[in-house]
Amino acid sequence: MTKQVQQLDRVIIRFAGDSGDGMQLTGDRFTAGTAEFGNDLSTLPNFPAEIRAPAGTLPGVSSFQLHFADHDILTPGDAPNVLVAMNPAALKANLGDLPRGADIIANTDEFTKRNLQKVGYDANPLEDGSLAEWRVHPVPLTSLTVKALEDFDLSKKDAERSKNMFALGLLSWLYHRPTEATISFLETKFAKKPDIAKANIAAFTAGWNYGETTESFSVSYEVKPAQLPPGVYRNISGNQALAYGLIAASVQSKLPLFLGSYPITPASDILHELSRHKRFGIRTFQAEDEIAGVGAALGASFGGALGVTTTSGPGVALKAETVGLAVTTELPLIVVDVQRAGPSTGMPTKTEQTDLLMAMFGRNGESPLPVVAAMSPSDCFDAAVEAARLAVKYRTPVMLLSDGYLANGSEPWKVPSAAELPDISVPFATEPNDGEAFLPFKRDPETLARPWAVPGTAGLEHRIGGIEKADGTGNISYDPDNHDRMVRLRQAKIDGIAKDIPALEVDDPDGDARVLVLGWGSTYGPIAAAVRRIRKSGGKVAQAHLRHLNPLPANTGEVLKSYDKVLLPEINLGQLALLLRARFLVDIISYNRVRGLPFKAEELAGVIQDVIDSE
Amino acid sequence: MSELVNGRGLSLVPKSDAKQTMKDYKSDQEVRWCPGCGDYAILAAVQSFVPELGLKRENMVFVSGIGCSSRFPYYMNTYGFHSIHGRAPAIATGLAASRPDLSVWVITGDGDSLSIGGNHLIHALRRNVNLNILLFNNRIYGLTKGQYSPTSEVGKITKSTPMGSLDKPFNPISLALGAEASFVARTIDSDRKHLQSVLREAAEHNGTSLVEIYQNCNIFNDGAFDQLKDPEQRDDITLRLEHGQPIVSASKAVRRAADGGIEVVERASVREEEILVHDAHRADPSLAFALSRLDEPAFEHVPIGIFRSVDRPSYDELMATQLEEAVAQSGPGDLDNLLLAGDTWRIG
Ligand SMILES: Cc1ncc(C[n+]2csc(CCOP(=O)(O)OP(=O)(O)O)c2C)c(N)n1
Ligand code: SF4
Ligand SMILES: [Mg+2]
Repeated sequence: MTKQVQQLDRVIIRFAGDSGDGMQLTGDRFTAGTAEFGNDLSTLPNFPAEIRAPAGTLPGVSSFQLHFADHDILTPGDAPNVLVAMNPAALKANLGDLPRGADIIANTDEFTKRNLQKVGYDANPLEDGSLAEWRVHPVPLTSLTVKALEDFDLSKKDAERSKNMFALGLLSWLYHRPTEATISFLETKFAKKPDIAKANIAAFTAGWNYGETTESFSVSYEVKPAQLPPGVYRNISGNQALAYGLIAASVQSKLPLFLGSYPITPASDILHELSRHKRFGIRTFQAEDEIAGVGAALGASFGGALGVTTTSGPGVALKAETVGLAVTTELPLIVVDVQRAGPSTGMPTKTEQTDLLMAMFGRNGESPLPVVAAMSPSDCFDAAVEAARLAVKYRTPVMLLSDGYLANGSEPWKVPSAAELPDISVPFATEPNDGEAFLPFKRDPETLARPWAVPGTAGLEHRIGGIEKADGTGNISYDPDNHDRMVRLRQAKIDGIAKDIPALEVDDPDGDARVLVLGWGSTYGPIAAAVRRIRKSGGKVAQAHLRHLNPLPANTGEVLKSYDKVLLPEINLGQLALLLRARFLVDIISYNRVRGLPFKAEELAGVIQDVIDSE
Repeated sequence: MSELVNGRGLSLVPKSDAKQTMKDYKSDQEVRWCPGCGDYAILAAVQSFVPELGLKRENMVFVSGIGCSSRFPYYMNTYGFHSIHGRAPAIATGLAASRPDLSVWVITGDGDSLSIGGNHLIHALRRNVNLNILLFNNRIYGLTKGQYSPTSEVGKITKSTPMGSLDKPFNPISLALGAEASFVARTIDSDRKHLQSVLREAAEHNGTSLVEIYQNCNIFNDGAFDQLKDPEQRDDITLRLEHGQPIVSASKAVRRAADGGIEVVERASVREEEILVHDAHRADPSLAFALSRLDEPAFEHVPIGIFRSVDRPSYDELMATQLEEAVAQSGPGDLDNLLLAGDTWRIG
């Protein structure tokens, strides 16, 4: 039987199963095949904080969503076209997101009475007609896998473990994904256990063959490669891009990287990644806590390193006092906050933009510092280089904001060459700067940065610290006017960075939109996708996105005031809106949802349309 | 692990060609401790001892936390960092781990190092970062005007404990030995010669050295160590710890007790060969720990000197060795290769 092949311009697949089912790995492999094939893509992993929540329960469900297309796309997609449900919990947890008519591939072996009861199904939804509005493909994934592995010397339990590879094989057939990369991946991953490698490959191949022969799938689908700007591409997650950006910053600043960090979700992968690159002279220090992590980074900066600390919200709270010390001693420091749902422990694996005000103001005293936010997984690279540029040039701590969505999400990235990256190196002080004397707080008139004189430099011996310093000499000073001057100087230094960052760019193709949608951070994708939808249906809307949250680009006020309405979606209760309203007296329209999940394009399109309609 | 090739102790710190004197190490800042404070004696002892190390002055760094004692770096004409309360060991760790060419000193108080900074202290000790930690123990919070500290004796009457403090103090030496610090010593502000001899060994030591310095706060806890200074009693109370020498005071001696521990007895009552001979280099810290308990509870006999000095690799040399190994295995990092590693594809 030859099967029909249908062309699609884009597909959204969600793999869902128990945390122990290997859904993240399955998703990663499907993504790798898709990237290799040349589609544009965007991914959204979603997993519980518990390493192994009780099997078969709703809290134990782990999922991975992938959106791929023959054109450039901006988000992991709102609603899946296909759900792979490895058990009843996965079906139940995800059905609400599934539009009518979507495909459901369900592992019938797991739809046992006991598993159904665990999640409160009285009857089997695959049989009771309740899924009539979807296209259900019941597949006994587990038993087919066990059968395919009969000839292997494996226990039934071990054989069952490969069911995710069977599913991957089936989906790879269904969407014409290349298979070589997955096979060689399995060979490498299980190089030490060749039997397991062979079994997984056999399961993967069996899944593919099953698609080809079974009657449950009469059609397969093709999504042509996307036409992206020419270049070499790779798929990259936000955390990996951020780590690479820090390495690039170290190379481009000619400063050895020192990372002081304490493990915390969703930031730990940056620590893991940087720890692997010691050949770049990178020192990674897993500290006893977040305070020690940032302290060690600051100590390294004092010694002339590029000091970095990586964490999430709870860690930023702990680091606050040391960041204040960096503000007042005017030393370079990069503080990476991969934001997660709070307050307190909150929802560690879920995303949020709720640390903006903490990043801006979460320290005692007047303690301004630059805040830079990444807007997509691959943009974490550029954002890291920019944060480092500001830190070393202005001798200041910089807050670099990412979030859980960017950290774990991935997309294709046009790999830059080192030659294209900016030189961000700055000279250390080597000479006295005031006749015979060295004044550690005598500022560069242009940048207001103080000299960075590192220990080991003869003649420039000096002491710094957290006590207020006399302007120029840096000696301890309790003089009231000196303090007022120093407070203002530190502020002016940060404010002055506005001259050194690009203007806020507005995307307003016809130039006659009356409504501006503004965003910052990871909402870029969903906002841009929503804006496209509006424009496709004839609506007019302008879009702008802030990379620098402090200082803001010099033209920000002007941009905001040139539109009748400014809509600002944020995954918080309006933190940037608060700042902009106070600063520019503009009546920002906020749209806020704090569900631990990114916005959906359709949702935002609706909100934008409402604002346009209310004009 | 390959053979260690990185710096040990002071071996990578550049030496000065010029002859140095105490004056070279005095900064131009006015010293602002209370008149009579023990901190003055310690400062003078340090300033007059460091020239003998013969290091380049610019390669010395003093890092401190917050407290009276933590003002110390301002008075040293070297690089200095007066940081925040309790965090000096963390800051110094980053500095020392990334700059093996520096001699890094941490100046801290009993509150700074054992209350707010207790966590950083024990971790610095267990890691064995190349640092010299001078713990100024005045058994009180000086800077905040006299609250009891984690080394104050039980029942201490202070402004915050008008009916007496309730919590048992730390013995800093026991704590450091519990963290398996590789160098642990105690000295006293009033005995400059002893203080300097201990500092000399601490400076040369590879890894973290912890030196507890009994320091008199004449304002809020005056006389805390008077027994050790009183010519009438001090020679009887002080048990001098010297490697290879029997552990004795003028009238007392330490020997192994029948229950397996150690005990202090009248010197006249024991034969010479019964007296415990001090072995600072013993790998097992338990005997040093037993010695550290001898001043409990009443300060009747107080061991002074180097409790422990053992050789183990420092964190920074191990870290530097890993970096070198990584380069030896696969060459120095190349940014383009890094960014292009793994699965890539070309468009256009
Ligand atoms: C975060 C923080 N908490 C509290 C203080 C107030 N404080 C300053 S020094 C100090 C105690 C100092 O005692 P110690 O370390 O023994 O030093 P000493 O003054 O006795 O030399 C305290 C509680 C502070 N500076 N910072
Ligand atoms: S309060 Fe005590 S410790 Fe502080 S300077 Fe005065 S005497 Fe010294
Ligand atoms: Mg004290």
